[in-house]
Amino acid sequence: MRRGDFLAGSLAAIGQALEGTLFAEEIGCRPGLLQGLDPRVKIGTFLLLLIAANLSRSLAVLVLLYLLTLLLAWSSRVPLGFFVRRVWIFIPLFTGLIALPAILNIFTPGQPVLVLWPNPLIAVTAQGLRTAAFLLLRVGTSVSFAVLLILTTPWNALLEALGALGVPEAFLLTLAMSYRYIYLLLHTASDMFLSRRSRLVGRPDAAEGRRWLAAAMGALLDRSFQLSNEVYLAMLSQGFRGRPRLIEGFRTRGRDWLWGGVSLSVALGAIYLGS
Amino acid sequence: MHIPDGYLSPATCAVMYAAAAPFWYRASRRVREILSHRAVPLLALVSAFSFVIMMFNVPLPGGTTGHAVGGAIAAIVLGPWGATIAISIALAIQALFFGDGGILAFGANAFNMAIVMPLVAWYTYRAIAGRSPLASRRRVLAGAVAGWLSLNVAALCAAVEFGLQPYLFHTADGTPLYQPYTLEVAVPAMMIPHLLAAGVVEGVITALLVAYLQRANQIILALAEPTAGVTGWRLWPLWVGLAALVILTPLGLLAPGTAWGEWGADELQGMLGFVPRGLEGLSGLWPAPLPDYAVPGLGAVPGYLVSAAIGIGLAAAVLLVIGRLLARPRAGARPQV
Repeated sequence: MRRGDFLAGSLAAIGQALEGTLFAEEIGCRPGLLQGLDPRVKIGTFLLLLIAANLSRSLAVLVLLYLLTLLLAWSSRVPLGFFVRRVWIFIPLFTGLIALPAILNIFTPGQPVLVLWPNPLIAVTAQGLRTAAFLLLRVGTSVSFAVLLILTTPWNALLEALGALGVPEAFLLTLAMSYRYIYLLLHTASDMFLSRRSRLVGRPDAAEGRRWLAAAMGALLDRSFQLSNEVYLAMLSQGFRGRPRLIEGFRTRGRDWLWGGVSLSVALGAIYLGS
Repeated sequence: MHIPDGYLSPATCAVMYAAAAPFWYRASRRVREILSHRAVPLLALVSAFSFVIMMFNVPLPGGTTGHAVGGAIAAIVLGPWGATIAISIALAIQALFFGDGGILAFGANAFNMAIVMPLVAWYTYRAIAGRSPLASRRRVLAGAVAGWLSLNVAALCAAVEFGLQPYLFHTADGTPLYQPYTLEVAVPAMMIPHLLAAGVVEGVITALLVAYLQRANQIILALAEPTAGVTGWRLWPLWVGLAALVILTPLGLLAPGTAWGEWGADELQGMLGFVPRGLEGLSGLWPAPLPDYAVPGLGAVPGYLVSAAIGIGLAAAVLLVIGRLLARPRAGARPQV
């Protein structure tokens, strides 16, 4: 991809989003430890583990919680290479850049462990290394828990579970509808970019590109408004009277209780040891 | 600007959820009053739209590209409350289904991008656009300023949330537990790229979208327009906010020393032992009518208050003149809907 080729860049971003979700749906349907759990129990316990990771004041506890996410990924048939890459390269790419200057005495004064420049003193400090380790491990562990939840739960199960946990139905209905139409709009946008690119000879200047992009966004907004009217009329014709109903078919079984007990103990233990 | 989990303490996340809750409540009430059942598909589609345009690479001068958030244009077409719900849903989908932005930090992200951004964008757009015709160039300017300003205020909120972490949450030996940089580092590190690049992208895209809708579909632009006579009432929060800022200006007197990089010639003499020759020549070029915000004959605090009021008055007058010049509808533009 040429530098500044905004058409190719946008197409790549759209393709990545579509491909990522399809892959997540595929993993979510595989048989595995987390896939077999009641989504309501899974959401509740993952929230607890996430809070435990964020409350921890101990690096060792954070390392243990991160290892737990790897173990859970392995036992849920999530490809470990993909899982680790998705967390450490794709998502918090900028966390490393943010953490790096914090190791220096300029931002975190303390005991120098590696002198980079003697006068004026620029050195890596012990406190700086701990600060950077806290940030990287905490973000990495938190993102790992979130990605694991997303990868092992099909989106309709996630929505129904959120409904069962008390999230307002109107919000969930809008969320579900928005999620569904994102794909339609992504496909429409992808077609627009592809048709523009296939008709383009040479390289347009940035101003021309911006004008075309604004027209594409405007056309997409126009399409969204038209679609919303059509969807509303379709909802009315199918008997929508303003109260959405969600179909729930969840059953809490023995293994859900067992998982709930184990993860509650892990979360409380992590909070106790990490305080 | 999507804050992942791990940057903010759980306590801050809880406070941000609590701060966002009344706005979500008010937004859901307002949306139900105005749009009733029709709201669900409309908000869902605008939310899907804002999600999709966040993926577009916007070409910038110099060959690089940037992204727009879409909070300002959502506020302009839906009004601030509709935009609050639509952007909150887009952020929820990003956090829950794509792992972009934290789950615990969702309250903070929604507060910055789905509440502060649409509210700032809406009141800025309304203040500049006034009652100008829908096809007026003044609205394009209003869109640009609304996009730029709203993204920067949202970024400032995120920077303050970041910057407070090391003061509030650290180990006994002072090691920060979350985002490690204090306000002096976090605010400029966040604001410089937003003021110069990300905010410019948001402003340009918002302005171009307003211009496109003026030509192609004025009905969408007219949807959130306040009816005649309501404009003055709807602008009251902006005036209250400005009045509060004027009252708070004397807080500047509490800060010791001079802001970094804003030293006068006499202060540089004290710090360096000499005054650079270029600076010496230029420093007397423009004698300020109210030096150091001091008004002759008034004390320090009343001086600050009067200076703030004069500053806001001058800025409003300049914007009014620019607005009037741009307010003339273009030849050949469609009549107002």
